[in-house]
Amino acid sequence: MDFAAINPLIFFSTMVAASIPVLLAALGELVVEKSGVLNLGVEGMMIIGAVCGFIAIYNSGSPFFGVLASIVAGGLLALVFGILTQVLHSNQVATGLALTLFGLGLSALIGQPFAGIKPPTFPKPDFGFLGDMPVLGQLFFKYDYLVYAAFLLVIVVSYVLNRTRAGLILRSIGENHDAAHALGYNVVRVRLAAIVFGGGCAGLGGGYLAMIRVPQWTEGMTAGVGWIALALVVFASWRPYRVILGAFLFGGVTLLQLNLQAVGIKINPAYLSMAPYIITIVALVVISGSSNRLSNLAPGSLGRLFHKTM
Amino acid sequence: MTSKTFKGFAILASLILTFGLAQAEPKKVGFIYVGPVGDFGWSYEHDQGRLAVEEAFGDQVETSYVESVPEGADAERVLTQMALAGNELIFTTSFGYMDPTINVAAKFPDVKFEHATGYKRADNVSTYSARFYEGRAVIGHIAGKMTKTNQIGYIASFPIPEVIRGINSAYIHAKKANPDVEFKIVWVFTWFDPAKEADAAQTLIEQGVDVIMQHTDSTAPMTIAEEKGIFAFGQASDMMEFGPTARLSSIIDNWAPYYVARTQALVDGAWESVDTWDGISTGMVEIGEFSDRIPENVRADAQAMSDAISNGSYHPFTGPINRQDGSAWLGDGEIADDGTLLGMNFYVEGISGSIPN
Repeated sequence: MDFAAINPLIFFSTMVAASIPVLLAALGELVVEKSGVLNLGVEGMMIIGAVCGFIAIYNSGSPFFGVLASIVAGGLLALVFGILTQVLHSNQVATGLALTLFGLGLSALIGQPFAGIKPPTFPKPDFGFLGDMPVLGQLFFKYDYLVYAAFLLVIVVSYVLNRTRAGLILRSIGENHDAAHALGYNVVRVRLAAIVFGGGCAGLGGGYLAMIRVPQWTEGMTAGVGWIALALVVFASWRPYRVILGAFLFGGVTLLQLNLQAVGIKINPAYLSMAPYIITIVALVVISGSSNRLSNLAPGSLGRLFHKTM
Repeated sequence: MTSKTFKGFAILASLILTFGLAQAEPKKVGFIYVGPVGDFGWSYEHDQGRLAVEEAFGDQVETSYVESVPEGADAERVLTQMALAGNELIFTTSFGYMDPTINVAAKFPDVKFEHATGYKRADNVSTYSARFYEGRAVIGHIAGKMTKTNQIGYIASFPIPEVIRGINSAYIHAKKANPDVEFKIVWVFTWFDPAKEADAAQTLIEQGVDVIMQHTDSTAPMTIAEEKGIFAFGQASDMMEFGPTARLSSIIDNWAPYYVARTQALVDGAWESVDTWDGISTGMVEIGEFSDRIPENVRADAQAMSDAISNGSYHPFTGPINRQDGSAWLGDGEIADDGTLLGMNFYVEGISGSIPN
C-alpha cells in the first residue's frame, strides 16, 4: 500500500492516452487564438465531434470515417462561429458560449438513438519487436494511431507557426489585424481558416473520447474537457509544446487520484480533483507576475473585433 | 340566436366537454431519472418499469419522463413542472432527489410521490428501495472464487450507506469464498460519467485487479473489462452485450412489479405512503444468468446462496462480523437490523482504506 504499487511505466502510458482529447482541443484553440480570435465554443465543438465520430464509426465500421466525421463536424460548427464573428461581426465571447450550449444540445438530440451502443474496436498499429522491448515498448509503442497523429500534429503546428511564412502571416494578423490588413493580408480569410482548423482539432478530440477512450456515446460525455482546453492554452502561454506538458498535467492528476485510491493512500480525492485548476491559477499568477509577460505573450488582437475600413 | 339561448348552449357544451373529458382522462404518472434512459444501467431499468406500467394499464394511465436531471436545484424545478403538468404520481428515482422530492411534495399535497432509495417520508411521499446487498453477497461469492490475483476492484460512486452496504456485503462473501482476497476501492464521486468510470476501471486493472464490481450506472467499466480480458458484473441491468466474455453475472433491478402495483393503488384510490425494501424474494433484485466461465460447483453454491437469501434462511449480514477497527458489530449468529443497515457508515473488518467524507 504505497507509491511503489503504482507502476510508473503503465501510469505514464495511460496518462498519455488520457490526455489526447484535451491536447487536441487545446492545440486547435491555440492556433485560433494565435490568429487573434477567442472561441469559447471548444466544449460544443468537441461534443459534436464526439457524437458524429461515434455515429460514423458505428454505421460504417470504419475508424477512418469516424475520424473524418469528427473533424468535419467540429470544423463545420466552427465555421458557423467563424461566419458569425468574422463576417457578421458578432461578439466573440457571446457567440462562443452560444456555440457550446448549441453543441451540447444538438449532440444530445442526434445522439439519442446511439446511447449505450458499443462501437467497433479502434485498431492499434503493430510495431512488431519494437512493442516488445522492455521499457521503451511500453512507453512509446502501445498506443492507437490517433495518439501518434496528435503528437505529430503538435510538431507540425509548432513548425508552421514559427518557421513558415504562413505561420508568420497568421501570427501577424493575431498581433495587429489593422497592420496586417494594411499590408494586404486577408484577415477574415486567414482567421476563418484558423477557426475551422481549431474546430476540426476539437472535434477530433471529442471523437477520441467517444471512439477510443470510453468507448461509447453518452450525452454530455466531454464533461468540461473543452473548458480545460481553454485554460490550457493560457497555461501553455500560447506555445504548442507546452500544451503537451499541460495536457499531461491535467490528465495525470485525474489518473493519479484514482491510482492513489486504488493503492490505498489516504488523500481526499477532492484535493486532487481541484489540483489542475489550482496549478493553472498559480501558473497564470507566475506568468503575469514576471513583469508584463502575459500581455506580451497573448496575441495583441485577441478577441478584438476586426472591421475592414475600406 | 338570442344571447340567452347562446348562454344555455355554452353551458351545455362545456358540461358535456368536462364530463366527456373526465371520462377519458387518463391518470398521469411521471418519472424523473438521474441519467439518460439509454445508460443501460440504473435509469434504463427504471424506464423499463415505466414501460411495464404503460403496458399494464394501456389507456388508463399516461406516463412521461424527464431524463438526465442533476440532483439538487434542477431536480426541484423539474419536479415542480411535473406536478404542475398534472401528474398524480411521480417516481423520483435517485437518492439525491430526496430533499427536492420532500420540498415539492409539501407544495403539492394532492400529488403522490415515490422516492427511490431515500429515507424521508411524508403523507404523500413513499420510499422504496431494493436490498441490493443480497445480490452483492451472491456476486461477491463468485468474485472471490474467480479471482486469480486475489485482487478485486470496486468502483464506488458516493460514500452513502447504500454503497457502503454493498461493499461490505460483497467483501464479506468474497472473503468467505477466498480468505486471501483483497478489495481495492475507488470512489469516483459520480453516478454516471463513462469517461471517469472507464479511467477508474483501467486504473484498477493496472493495479492487478482481475475482477471488477461497480456501483455506478454506465456500462463503461464492463466495456473496459471486456477489452482487457478480465471479469466484471452487470450492474443494475444485465449488460451482457457490453462484455460477452467478461460478464460473470449481474444484479438486475426489477422495478416493474412495484411500479405497476403502486400505479394500481393510485387508480383504485388506495394509495398510501409506505416504506418498501424488497430483495431477491420478491424479485425486485434479480441475479442475472451465470456465465459458463464460472465452474459448475461455484455456480451451484451461488445459486444455493441466492435461494437461501430468498427463502429467508440466510441473511448476508449474519455475525460474527467486526467493524473495520476490530470492535464487535454482530455477535455469533446475530443478524443485522434494518436500521443499522440503512445508516451503515463503516467498513467491516478486513477492508483497507477509509471511507471519504
